[in-house]
Amino acid sequence: MDFTLNEDQQMLQDTMARLVRGEYDFQKRLEVEEAELGFSEAFWNQLGELGLCAVPFPEEMGGFNGSGVDVQSVMTEMGRGLCLEPYRQTVILGGGLIAQAGSDSQKDDWLGRIATGELRVAVGLQEPQSHYNLDDVETRAEASGDGYVINGRKGVLIGGHAAHLIIISARTSGDSRDRAGLSLFAIDPEAAGIERRVYRTMDGAKGCDLFLNDVQVGADALIGTEGAAGEAIQYQSGRAIAALCAEAIGAMEESVNLTLEYLKTRKQFGVPIGRFQVLQHRMVDMNSELEQARSMAILAANVADDEASAERDRTLSAAKNVIGRSGQFIAEQAIQLHGGIGMTWEYSLSHYAKRLIMINHQLGDDDFHLERYVSLLEAG
Amino acid sequence: MNMNYTADELAFRNEVRSFLEEKLPADIAAKVKSGRRLNRDDHERWQQILSKQGWYATHWPKEYGGVEWSAVQKHIWDEESNRYGAPRVIPFGVSMVAPVIIKFGTEEQRQYYLPRILSGEDWWCQGYSEPGAGSDLASVKTRAVRDGDHYIVNGQKTWTTLGQHANKIFCLVRTNTEVKAQEGISFLLMDMDAPGVTVRPIITLDGEHEVNEVFFDDVKVPVENLVGEEDKGWTYAKYLLTYERTGLAGIGNSKAALEHLKGIASRQRKNGRPLLEDPTFAARVAQIEIDLQAASMSNLRIIASVEGGGVPGAESSMLKVRGTEIRQAISDLARRALGPYAQPFPEEELQDNYDGDYLADPHGAAVSPQYFNLRKLSIFGGSNEIQKNIVSKMILGL
Repeated sequence: MDFTLNEDQQMLQDTMARLVRGEYDFQKRLEVEEAELGFSEAFWNQLGELGLCAVPFPEEMGGFNGSGVDVQSVMTEMGRGLCLEPYRQTVILGGGLIAQAGSDSQKDDWLGRIATGELRVAVGLQEPQSHYNLDDVETRAEASGDGYVINGRKGVLIGGHAAHLIIISARTSGDSRDRAGLSLFAIDPEAAGIERRVYRTMDGAKGCDLFLNDVQVGADALIGTEGAAGEAIQYQSGRAIAALCAEAIGAMEESVNLTLEYLKTRKQFGVPIGRFQVLQHRMVDMNSELEQARSMAILAANVADDEASAERDRTLSAAKNVIGRSGQFIAEQAIQLHGGIGMTWEYSLSHYAKRLIMINHQLGDDDFHLERYVSLLEAG
Repeated sequence: MNMNYTADELAFRNEVRSFLEEKLPADIAAKVKSGRRLNRDDHERWQQILSKQGWYATHWPKEYGGVEWSAVQKHIWDEESNRYGAPRVIPFGVSMVAPVIIKFGTEEQRQYYLPRILSGEDWWCQGYSEPGAGSDLASVKTRAVRDGDHYIVNGQKTWTTLGQHANKIFCLVRTNTEVKAQEGISFLLMDMDAPGVTVRPIITLDGEHEVNEVFFDDVKVPVENLVGEEDKGWTYAKYLLTYERTGLAGIGNSKAALEHLKGIASRQRKNGRPLLEDPTFAARVAQIEIDLQAASMSNLRIIASVEGGGVPGAESSMLKVRGTEIRQAISDLARRALGPYAQPFPEEELQDNYDGDYLADPHGAAVSPQYFNLRKLSIFGGSNEIQKNIVSKMILGL
């Protein structure tokens, strides 16, 4: 057993770490957040130019054939930099759905352009009533002529305000919450009948809800087999969960480092506050949470590309559950140990805390994944 | 043992309810209930209404315009005013500096300052914390040096809540550097518009401007603005802190927040039914409700002991810790209730005149910002770690 990165993996991590350190310091992050676009187009282009958007794709599609561990390296550094670019949405989830379910011509059309950073994708799998259940889909696509007419609403598409292509799930048959009957469609964000309600998010990103009102799409908009998208949705959201776990680790490591440094330097009652045992133990707990989370993020990265199985999904739910809880503990305690300064906008810690809490609201919180873990046990 | 209100107390509760039904402005109550931020005008309007009713200074002696409510009456007010969505009274003037002036000030100071607090003419803020003096409050460094009939004040205060609205600030300042930290502190009343006073906003993680830094650069303060004796300020500061701590448990506020949470959870859906009926979520809500019930009973027991002549001491520290933990847990659940919709911050929904559709819930937009904002509860008014030190020392003798 070997937990060290091989030479190529190490090189990838170093490249990404250097890029984030050089191009995305905290002041830059604040500027990017405040800009109209909500992320840095220049940084996004750099990710494309350096081949980082190509990491997970097969070589024949212009990719590097990278594994979950490679994705983990990229995402951890994005978490460390609080990067706002839609990498997970475009490369992992969007690209993953196309690579798994798309036709040859769809792959030819889109994957190469995703790999170069030319095409940005947003993915809408949730709806207002769905909570985190991706089978709970009420948006309907009815066959019409040689295409479909789509009606409904998709919720919280991070990056949806600036995507070139939007992939949504819609029901072509079955009842709400049936996995069977789900289909994936590629939508042009500018198509007639689409309205976007754009907003900023608590953690500094930007996104939208998508309102679809008699949106006409051709048959070529369907990704995969009609009514059979449920499995691809589960599988690819699993890969996105592993990516989120990796991102969380970057944010947790920075939060823990900042807090540890603060305990060593902040003086009250004539001594560094790290001399107080109650704070020492809290810091130890934060560090242990980080180690537990790190372990599960590594596990998630290693099973993310495994063949679909209840065991793989269960492991990913376990990882997301741990990350959700440890992320909240670290976010809250990092603020508490800093006191008021930890709550200020101008100090990076508060932004890490916000990102960690919001990661728990992406692709299922710890409660959701605990329930999913149990139901997968029953299914297995 | 009798856990019921007396006939007089029940009559008082009815009077409070009628007052709130008639006089609490609906727009202000709606803001409070949905967790939206109040502006200066909202606070001032409510202050005027309370003042007119004679219910603003609930714990002052009657001779200075107070009502001298009993501990039980204050408890009834806390529960009912929160239930109806009344704003929290900004405590710095009426509940913090006023008791100090009443107990330790000169008659001249009482006659000058107290009516101005009652009328709303003065808005006070608190000059306690400094960048180097947080939990270790006695290490304040802001210097006041006597120069004839004045003190010359230099230094910096921080975390000054709503200091941007204030025209007065009460400060702990160091007047003696030769003695032990606690023995060289004085309690000074200052004008915010005096030359040399600068206020700089601190923006918090929810994007709000609630707290400030206040800088003093050779500010001249007349010696008659000293409260009590020079170098004895620590005694007055501690007296004030016990006032600050009582009420920080926020039981009434948590009860209102719990109802608010249930409202959100009954509108949000999971697996085709209201989230509030989901077994996992319902259990989380029930757990908080039970903990709140326990804290509420503990609160009543402490109130009853005060009513019987006891003094709330370190018990209020215990209540502050449990009360703030509960309030934070409620804000955590409200955020969880929104699921993926805890992420968007549709700021426009918080505007007074918003009449568009709500993205997730009529009360959704304020939920996540409030969760982050309320992290302050376990930090301010003496951090929860400091409160536990007090309990450990004063109650347990460790």
